[in-house]
Parts: sequence; C-alpha cells; structure tokens
Amino acid sequence: MEDGKQAIDTLRSRFAEAVVSDGEYRGQHWAVIRRDALIDVCEWLRDAPECAYDLLLDVTALHWPDDAEPFEVVYHLYSRERNDRLRLKTRAGADGSVPSVTSVWDAANWNERETYDMFGIRFEGHPDLRRILMPEEYTDHPLRKEFPLFRG
Amino acid sequence: MSHTVERHPDHPEIITVNMGPSHPATHGVLRIVLELDGEYVVKAVPHLGYLHRGMEKIAENRTYLQFIPYTDRMDYLSPLAANVGFALAVEELLGVKVPPRQDVIRVMCCELARIGSHLLWLGTHALDLGAATVFFHTFKDREWHYDLVEDLTGARLTTSFSRVGGSARDVTKEWVGKLREFVDAMPKRVDEFETLLTSNTIWLERTQNVGSITAEQAISWGMTGPPLRATGVEYDVRKARPYCGYENYEFDVPTGTNGDVYDRYLVRIEEMRQSCRILDQAIRNLPDGPWYIDDPKIFLPTKKKVLTSMEELIHQFMIVTEGFECPAGEVYHSTEVPKGELGFYVVSTGGKSPYRLRIRSPSFNNLATLPLLVEGRLVADVIATIASLDPVMGEVDR
Repeated sequence: MEDGKQAIDTLRSRFAEAVVSDGEYRGQHWAVIRRDALIDVCEWLRDAPECAYDLLLDVTALHWPDDAEPFEVVYHLYSRERNDRLRLKTRAGADGSVPSVTSVWDAANWNERETYDMFGIRFEGHPDLRRILMPEEYTDHPLRKEFPLFRG
Repeated sequence: MSHTVERHPDHPEIITVNMGPSHPATHGVLRIVLELDGEYVVKAVPHLGYLHRGMEKIAENRTYLQFIPYTDRMDYLSPLAANVGFALAVEELLGVKVPPRQDVIRVMCCELARIGSHLLWLGTHALDLGAATVFFHTFKDREWHYDLVEDLTGARLTTSFSRVGGSARDVTKEWVGKLREFVDAMPKRVDEFETLLTSNTIWLERTQNVGSITAEQAISWGMTGPPLRATGVEYDVRKARPYCGYENYEFDVPTGTNGDVYDRYLVRIEEMRQSCRILDQAIRNLPDGPWYIDDPKIFLPTKKKVLTSMEELIHQFMIVTEGFECPAGEVYHSTEVPKGELGFYVVSTGGKSPYRLRIRSPSFNNLATLPLLVEGRLVADVIATIASLDPVMGEVDR
C-alpha cells in the first residue's frame, strides 16, 4: 500500500511552492508543508474530490532541539472515500507559532491544545488555546527534549 | 422530546456546578464544569488530566518491550486490544510479520477485549440511568470473560500479553475449549440484556434523541468507533485497513441512523454478537504451526533453548537488558479497539527506544464532542451522554 503518494503528487502540481519536501517509510508517505500555506493546503486536501481527507485523526509534534526551527507539527489525515492516509508536517516558526487548523477540522481543537500543553507550540487562531492535561498554573512543556526524564 | 434553552436576559441565575472528578457517573476521573440554568446545561467544560502519567514521555526512556505494560494502563477495560495495537505498530516499524497462528491469537484477544469492554459499558450505562438489574447480569458475564483473560495471561487487568513478534505464550487446547463455551453462550446472553432495555419505555425516553450528533459533525470532530458508526458512517479499521487477517473473517459492521445515545447502545449490542461471530471463526480456523517470529534478536527464545544453548542465552540477555534495535523511520499504525481507532505514531531515529511515541486515543477525540452533545440539554442527559460515549480516562489522559 502506498499511503498518501497520489495526494502528494497532486499537491505538488497544485501548490508547487507550498511543498518543501516529502518522504516515505514502509509505504507511508508524508509531505512537509510551508506553514504560511498550511490552511490553504488543508482546505484543499479536505474539499478536493481527488483528496477528500475528511477525517483529521491526530495532531502532534516532534522536537528537534538542534534545528533552527525546532518544532515540527505532524497531522495525520484519513480519507474514507479513498481509504487513504496522509501525513502532513510543518515547522513552527522560531517563535513557536503555527496556524491553527481548527477552522478546517473541529478535531484539531483538543489535539492542538494537547500539543500546546506538551510542546508549547502556539496555534494562531485557535479559539481556546489552554492547557488540557497539565494544570493551568504549570509552567513546563513536558514533551520537549530538554525536559528531563528523571527529576532529582 | 427535544429540549433547548434560550438564555433569558431577565434570568441571570446561572449556577456553576462541578461534576467530578470523583463521581460514579463520570466513569473515572473526569471533571466537567457545568453552567446550569435550572435543569438545563448552558455550558459544559470538560477538565482532563487527572490520570495523566506522561506515557508518551516515559516511552522515550523505555525499550519497545518495556512499554507493553504501559499499554495495559491506557484503556484498562480492554488491555488485550491495546497490547496488540502497540505490538503491531512496532512490527510495522521493524518490517516483520507474525505467523498465521499468532494472527488468530491476536484476533481472539481483540474480540474478547471488545466483549469485555462492552459488557462493562452496558452494565454501568444502565446503572447510571437507574436500571440496576442489567449491571448484575453483565458483571456476571464479565467475570466469566475475566476468568478467560486470567487463564490466558495470568492477570485479569494488567495482561501485558502481546510481544513484538508474538505473544507471551501460546494458547492451549483447554483454553480454546473454554473460549468456545463462552462464545456459544454469549449471543443468548446478549438477547437477554436486550429484553431488559431495547423496548423498555423508560430506556427509550432517556436515550432516544439524547446526545445526538450528525455524521458531518462526528467526522469533523474526529470521532471514531461506535459513536461514529451510530451516525450511520461505516468506518471500522478492521474493514478499512485490515490487520491480523481480519479480511478473512465474515462479520458485519453495525451502524445507526440518528447518532444518539440509543443508537450507540444498539451498535455496541450488535458488536458483541459480531465479536462472537469472529471468535467462532477464529476458533474453527486456528492453524497449527509457529506462533512467534523466527528472529531470536527480537522475540525471546523459549526457556528450554535458553537453558541448553549459549547463543540463545545471549539473545535472551540482550533483549531483556538492552532491548532490540529499531531502524530509523516512522510509522502510524492503528487498530479498532472497543472505543474506536487507537493509533500509535512511532518515530525512531534508530536505537532501542522510540524518539517519539504518539498515542492517538479514541476516547480523547470522542470525549471532545461532549460540550456539543450536552449544551442546551437537561443535566440528566449529561449522565446518559457520557456513558454512551464510553470514554475511559486512562486512555484520554495517558
């Protein structure tokens, strides 16, 4: 199975500027999208009949502390129509911000809150960006790599 | 029977009530701050995290095998299913496939877990709405299911049964015989549960047109599992992206039409029958042959070999003390657990622990719809709606 390959090919022809790179492992394809094009790309992926990614399964992030823009936000999309999965990635800016996709899929609401809670990534345009798992007065972001696995 | 409330400017007597985190009807440590106008819910704000143990962080400091016990503690009502889901994700990362006998063992685990989880849901759901009798019936059968789990794994709750490349042990003929008795008896038991509820006027009043959601909303909110299928959407990972050979089984995916509490009830009731159907085929078609992969660097060698061969002893020592290496890469693998789509996104940069392990839990995404389902409704409907979403906080908070 080649998940997401066809969608990335059409994405490249439709938004040539927006796709920074793509990759594949075990038949699962992903595309790295420029964050200023993220909303347009996501709306198109949801609405275009040749993509039809109506289900946002998950939003999360990866922390690469040595990179200039260390936070990579990862989206997992699923199209019921085409039975196809697609992984999108985008880098949060140096200030740790990335546009929120809550306007495209409601599922992003809680998932982006968790990603904010765990990594400190700010989702611009999120209607209710509060911590969700950690207490409100908490100050750390535990899934960052500099957060110790053991304290003491 | 549709109730909605409009806030009258002359009646600002809105009171704020804490529901939970310790409340029998919130099914775990879920806290909901309700703003009430009399009996009506104006606003519902769920507060999570009371059971947050930082599993995704812990995983970065554990070998792949060491993480299996943590998967028991996610959905602690169906740990067998989560064990299987995690093992499959790591196997996908490694690029290995288990032998047919192990596939069938895993199907048995997943479906037994589904029946057990649904039995608990049905009993507590009915109890929440005042029908205590159902609870005693389902818990009797749930004990039976736990006896089977205990026979198979040695534990009732913390099963830790799956391994990367196999399982902790093989199934025995005796155990399969006991499973056969259970599978033959359960459909009749489900019929009996139905006589208590399905046409019961009180049950219908409390569940029909309560906590409704449309298919479009459910999809946008990332709902999966029985709550999504109750809206009429036929999405089941077992059918859409078969694993463990689910494509070889004959079973139906029950769906509803109204997406309300009652349809979720009907969907789960039918799922128990379908699980029995799958288990029946699994028992009949359980192949002989190896039940784990032939790779001593990944799967623990048998005790007999460890005691007689130096090489096997070294393999056992290495797996237990250091773990096995995974190649650099990243996979998303999901399974249909009783609550919906449980996904593991494993990112490896090589080495013995994941660089990042993301757990996409169905309860988390399903619970996110709660404010949408209960706002403008009676406070009593909140109880019915939570029970029908069947969230388990171990999985929501992780």
